[in-house]
Amino acid sequence: MTVDAAAPAVALSNVRFAYCPGRDVVSIDSLTINRGETVFLHGPSGSGKTTLLGLLAGVLTATSGSVRILGQDLTPLSSGARDAFRAQHLGYVFQQFNLIPYLSVRENILLPVRLDRERRAKLGTTDPVKAADALAAELDIASAIHSPVTELSVGQQQRVAVARALIGSPEVIICDEPTSALDSDRRERFLELLFASCHKVGATLVFVSHDFTLQPLFSRTVELPEINSASATIAKEN
Amino acid sequence: MGTILRLAMQSLRSRLFTSLLTVASIALSVTLLVGIEHVRSGVRESFAGTIRGVDLIVGARGGSLQVLLSTVFGIGASSTAISYATYERWAEHPAVAWSIPFALGDSHRGYRVIGTTNDFYERYRYRQDGRVTFASGAAAAGDEEVVLGAEVASRLRYAVGSPIVVTHGLQGGGIADHEAHPFTVVGVLNRTFTPIDRAIYVTLGGIEAMHEDFEQVPGAVQVAPPAGTPVMPGAEGAPVMPGATPPPMPGATPPPMPGATPPPMPGATPPPMPGYEPPPGTPTMPGAEPPPAAMQPAQSSSDHADHDHEPEQVSSFMVGTKNRFEALQLQREMNTDITEPVTAIIPGVALGELWQNISSAEVGLRIVALFAVAIGLTGMLVALYSSLDARRREMAILRAVGAGPRTIVSLLVIESAVLAFVGCVIGVALVYAILALGQGAIEARSGIHLAIRGLGATEWKYLALVLGAGTLIGFVPAIKAYRTSLTDGLSPRS
Repeated sequence: MTVDAAAPAVALSNVRFAYCPGRDVVSIDSLTINRGETVFLHGPSGSGKTTLLGLLAGVLTATSGSVRILGQDLTPLSSGARDAFRAQHLGYVFQQFNLIPYLSVRENILLPVRLDRERRAKLGTTDPVKAADALAAELDIASAIHSPVTELSVGQQQRVAVARALIGSPEVIICDEPTSALDSDRRERFLELLFASCHKVGATLVFVSHDFTLQPLFSRTVELPEINSASATIAKEN
Repeated sequence: MGTILRLAMQSLRSRLFTSLLTVASIALSVTLLVGIEHVRSGVRESFAGTIRGVDLIVGARGGSLQVLLSTVFGIGASSTAISYATYERWAEHPAVAWSIPFALGDSHRGYRVIGTTNDFYERYRYRQDGRVTFASGAAAAGDEEVVLGAEVASRLRYAVGSPIVVTHGLQGGGIADHEAHPFTVVGVLNRTFTPIDRAIYVTLGGIEAMHEDFEQVPGAVQVAPPAGTPVMPGAEGAPVMPGATPPPMPGATPPPMPGATPPPMPGATPPPMPGYEPPPGTPTMPGAEPPPAAMQPAQSSSDHADHDHEPEQVSSFMVGTKNRFEALQLQREMNTDITEPVTAIIPGVALGELWQNISSAEVGLRIVALFAVAIGLTGMLVALYSSLDARRREMAILRAVGAGPRTIVSLLVIESAVLAFVGCVIGVALVYAILALGQGAIEARSGIHLAIRGLGATEWKYLALVLGAGTLIGFVPAIKAYRTSLTDGLSPRS
């Protein structure tokens, strides 16, 4: 799987997706996100946000069209190949419950490099544990590194999730409303840390939220209803 | 793989209680399966090991099973007997190295009384190379001496010196007691876990003498006849009979009588010993040493211990050949001999036939055990499957960080394999713990000696089956988990 260094981080063209035939949930003619951008993907619920993220992460396969991440079209890839691609090039942060409850903070952060050899190779000569500790320090969770994750606050848990998404420097970070469970003070602090870390590794950030107040912090905003022609029909049905 | 193994272990530990319950259910079914197999092979072994080293068992003409059952297991009675002459003829056959005669037909409080010779104690073998050994005392030598099997001694609380009255016939007692010829215990055998434990051994002469006494002395307080001539009523002080030993009196040195055949047995030497019977009149005095004064010359002829009661017949006998290859030929020779028809059987073959007949019960046991394992494994499947729903989130996270189908499947399969493995180990440990603790109780209750031994081929096969099935079962939730985490997308609504 070759990754084109010059290709945009994300390039969608004529993407259609339907859970059941004839009822498109996502219908995007074109969407390009350049490398290093921090993109705020805004849309109300039901606008196909999560589905779009599923397509970007290679968990869902487009019914038609092409979903190119770093120049690689995910659509024709096998499920296993998409798993491998995701392991190597993507970091993902959920809305909440990001962590495996029976692992410690450090072990959660280390999970991607432990599970994928290529991701581990991206660390180069750096010791994975040191890399994890460095990320934890950056995200201000160094003191909790040995704690069981169940003892962390929601904000701390989300920062552990960011550290895990960032370890091994994947090219694209996808966040699915990661701040929805945080209060507004912590939200800003969280975003500052997220941006700084993404900037440091040169990652492209795709951030989905319905909270428009966050929009000014990003380099670019994409209104999902505007580009997803299927969202109008969904909204109407709702 | 190391990561996945560690993940699996941590995941199991995080659900410790469910994991333990699953392990427990597998362990219990393994215990049942391996335990039943252990008991089954233990029974079979103690059955097949009832008799060893005997090449032929010979009884009166009849079914081979009848000969085996009556001679080895003490079940049923042989209807007819073999004349002593015939026995002697075969015993002196050039191919025969040794022989053990048995005279059956009497009992003591439900236990069989068996007349035999010293060869029994020396030649009889059971299991690997188990010998008949004495817990106390020595072999019966005199005609009033008996040796008890271990179970007889412990159940009836007899020890060396105890008096015994033998009943004619095999019923529980009371038909006709040979009170005229009371016996004294001179030896107790060590436990063998074979029918030997449930038998009482006397000399052939003892059986004979007992019957003479019975026939002649209904009042039981009369003088018994000298031996040699079985039916000699009132032959008081008439030791001029061929083959009869002189009447040695206690304390007297045995007169060297040429032509006489004093048996060179320890019990036959004159000095009074614990087994020595006082004269009739005080028939059942436990271990009483007869005062020399009580010994009157007139009664000396009734001294059973010194009479050589020449037996007339035996019920059956065992034969050891000089060369085992001659056993088959000897068997044919015996079975076709017409002077007195006998049936000679090869114990191993007859035991095998008998086991075939009674082994259908073990099939039933096995089926029960296999069902138990099926239940244990189903329990594991249920436990794994139901925990999956709670773990959907976990699977989604693993998928998000790039875990492929192989990772997810191996994680769950390793978990179930670990559960099955630990279950097997604990199950087997439990079997040995139960054996170690309950061995004595099982022996005492059922008479089955369950040896603590390594796992046999069948047991390993069962363990492999449980482990294999346990591992395979892990695939069911694993495949489901992979599919679910796909359709759940990255954000299952949890």
